[in-house]
Amino acid sequence: MSDTARPAIEMTGVEKRFGSTEALRGLDLAVPAGTVCGLLGPNGAGKTTAVRVLATLVAPDRGTARVAGHDVVRAAEDVRRAIGLAGQHAAVDEGITGRDNLHLLGRLHHLGARRARARADELLERFDLTGAGDRLVRTYSGGMRRRLDLIASLVTSPPVLFLDEPTTGLDPRSRQEIWDTVKELADGGTTVLLTTQYLEEADRLADDIVVVDHGAAIATGPPARLKAAIGSQLSVTLADPEQLASAAAVLSALSGGDAKVDVAERTVTVLAQPGVAVLLPSLVRELDTVGITAEDAAVRAPSLDDVFLALTRESADTLRSAA
Amino acid sequence: MAAVYAPAPMPSRPARMVVDTWTSMLRILLNYRHSPGLLAASLGVPVIMVVVFGYVFGSAMRIPGGGDYREFLMPGLFAMVATNGIMPTMVGAARDVGRGVTDRLRSMPVSRTGLLLGQTLADLLVSVLVLALLALVGLAAGWRARGGATDAAGAFALLLLFRFVMTWVGTCLGLAVGKEEAAGQLSVAVFPVAMVTNAYVPTGGMPGWLRVVADWNPISSVVQACRELFGNPSAAGDAWPMRHAVLAGLLWSALLLALCVPLAVRKFATHGR
Ligand SMILES: Nc1ncnc2c1ncn2[C@@H]1O[C@H](COP(=O)(O)OP(=O)(O)OP(=O)(O)O)[C@@H](O)[C@H]1O
Ligand SMILES: [Mg+2]
Repeated sequence: MSDTARPAIEMTGVEKRFGSTEALRGLDLAVPAGTVCGLLGPNGAGKTTAVRVLATLVAPDRGTARVAGHDVVRAAEDVRRAIGLAGQHAAVDEGITGRDNLHLLGRLHHLGARRARARADELLERFDLTGAGDRLVRTYSGGMRRRLDLIASLVTSPPVLFLDEPTTGLDPRSRQEIWDTVKELADGGTTVLLTTQYLEEADRLADDIVVVDHGAAIATGPPARLKAAIGSQLSVTLADPEQLASAAAVLSALSGGDAKVDVAERTVTVLAQPGVAVLLPSLVRELDTVGITAEDAAVRAPSLDDVFLALTRESADTLRSAA
Repeated sequence: MAAVYAPAPMPSRPARMVVDTWTSMLRILLNYRHSPGLLAASLGVPVIMVVVFGYVFGSAMRIPGGGDYREFLMPGLFAMVATNGIMPTMVGAARDVGRGVTDRLRSMPVSRTGLLLGQTLADLLVSVLVLALLALVGLAAGWRARGGATDAAGAFALLLLFRFVMTWVGTCLGLAVGKEEAAGQLSVAVFPVAMVTNAYVPTGGMPGWLRVVADWNPISSVVQACRELFGNPSAAGDAWPMRHAVLAGLLWSALLLALCVPLAVRKFATHGR
C-alpha cells in the first residue's frame, strides 16, 4: 500500500451483466493515490455498478478490480478494511440517533466501545452535527441525512472513499458543504472516487474525469483537457435578416465549422473545430469588413456540459451503427 | 484525516462475530427504545387476541370431547405470538436492503452471520416480554398450565425456539423481497398460513384436504405440543405430527433453521450479485 506508483483504485476490462442488461462492458479505470476521480455518465451508464464492484458488493463477471492494492474478489476482506462507502441513498438507520449510527458503525469496525463513542463525538463535532447528534435521524432534513451518511463512511478514516452521487437532490448550500468536505478529505490524502451527473461537481472536485456510457469509459482526462477537445461556440445576432447568409459564410470560414442559421431569431451559430481559437474582436472585425453590423456577438468557451453531450451523442451513434 | 493508513489490528474471527452479534442486537433494541409505539403494539397484541378470540369467538365455540374453549385457545395464541416473529425481521431486513444500509454493512469487514444473528436475538428478547404478558393475560382469563412446572417450561422453550426459527424465516423473506412495501404486502400472506391450523378451531371439522394441510402445518405441531405440555384440552386427530407433536415441533424447527439460516446468510452476503 506504500507503493505510490500503483493506483489506489484500478479496474481492467470489468464486465458485469444482470440478466440481459450489460451494466459494465469492459470498464477500465485507474485512480492514482490521493487524487479525486469523477465518474460521469447518464442514467444507467453503469456508475453505481462500478462502485459496487469496487466496494466488494458485486463480483465482476470478467476483468479485475483492485483497491488499495487488494483484489476485490480474492481479498475482499482487505479491501473492506481500506474503504468507506456512501451509496446512492442515505444508508443510515432512521430509527436511532445520528450519534448512535456512528457509534454502532465504530463498534462494527472494532474500535471498541470507548473509542467508537469518542470517534462518533469527534465526527459530529467536526462536521457541524453536534446539535443534531442526539436527534432521531428520521427528524433530519435530506441534507443532514446525506451529511451523516458521508460521515458514516469516515468512521475509520479510510484511505479510499467511494461516493455515489453524494449531492443528488441537495440544495446549493448543502451541496457546497459536501463539496468542501470532499475537498478537505482529498487535501488530507484520501483517494476519492465519486460518481455524479452534475458536470459542475466533477469540474470542481475531480483531478480526473472518466466519462462512462453504456458500461465503458468513452473519455478520460482532466476537466481542462476534455474541454479542450471541444471547440468554442460562436454566435451572432443581426439586425438585417438579408445578411444572414453572408454572416454564416464568415463564421464558417473563421471557425472551420458548419454554421447554422436561425431565421426567426436572426442568429447564426457555429461550433468551432477543436483547437481553432476565435476571439471576439476578430469576429466583429471580420463581419465589419464585409459590411455586416451585429446586434449581438458572443464567443463561449465549451462547458463540461458540451463535452458530455457531444461524447454521449457520439457513443450512442457508434452503438447504433454497430447494431 | 490521517494521510497514512494504519488499519487497527483486527480481533480474531470468533471474537469479531461475538462483537458484531452484540452490536447488531444493540441496534435493533435501540430502535425499539425510540419507538415506544412499536413496543406497545407488540405488547398490546396478546391482550387483544385473548379478548377477540377468547371472549368474542369463544362465546360460540364448543370443543368436541369437551373442555373450556379459552383453555383450548391459549396454546394457539402462544404459537401465534411465536409465528409473528416473521414480521419484524422481514420488514426490518427489507427496509435495510431498500435503504442501502445492507450495502454499507456488507462493504465493511463484519461477520455476516453475526449481523443477522444479532437481529434475531434482539427479537427473541422482545418476544420473551410478549409471551410473558400473554401468559399473564391468559391466567387472568382462567387459563392454567396443568401439566407441571417442567412441562410448562418445556412448552415455553419450544415456543421461543419456534419464534427464533420464524425470525430467520422472516430474515430470508425480507432479504429476498428487498423492499419495505413489498414486505408489508407479503406479511398479509402470512395470515392464511397462520389460520389454516389447529390454533383457533379443532381440525376435525375441516374438509379432508384442508385438514391434512392444517395437521401438517408446522404451527399446528407447536400448538398441539403446547396443549399436551400445558395439559390443556385438545382435539387432535391421528395424523402423525398430531400424535407426536413435541417431536414434530422440534423436527420442523430444525428443518426450517437448517434451511433458512444458510439461505439468509448467503442471500445477505451476495445480495445483488
Ligand atoms: N441488481 C441489478 N439487477 C438488474 N439490473 C441491474 C442491477 N443493477 C443495475 N442494473 C442495470 O444495470 C444498468 C446500469 O445501472 P447502474 O445503476 O450502474 O447505472 P448508473 O450509472 O448508476 O445510473 P443512475 O445515474 O441512474 O444511478 C442499468 O440498466 C440497470 O438497470
Ligand atoms: Mg447510480
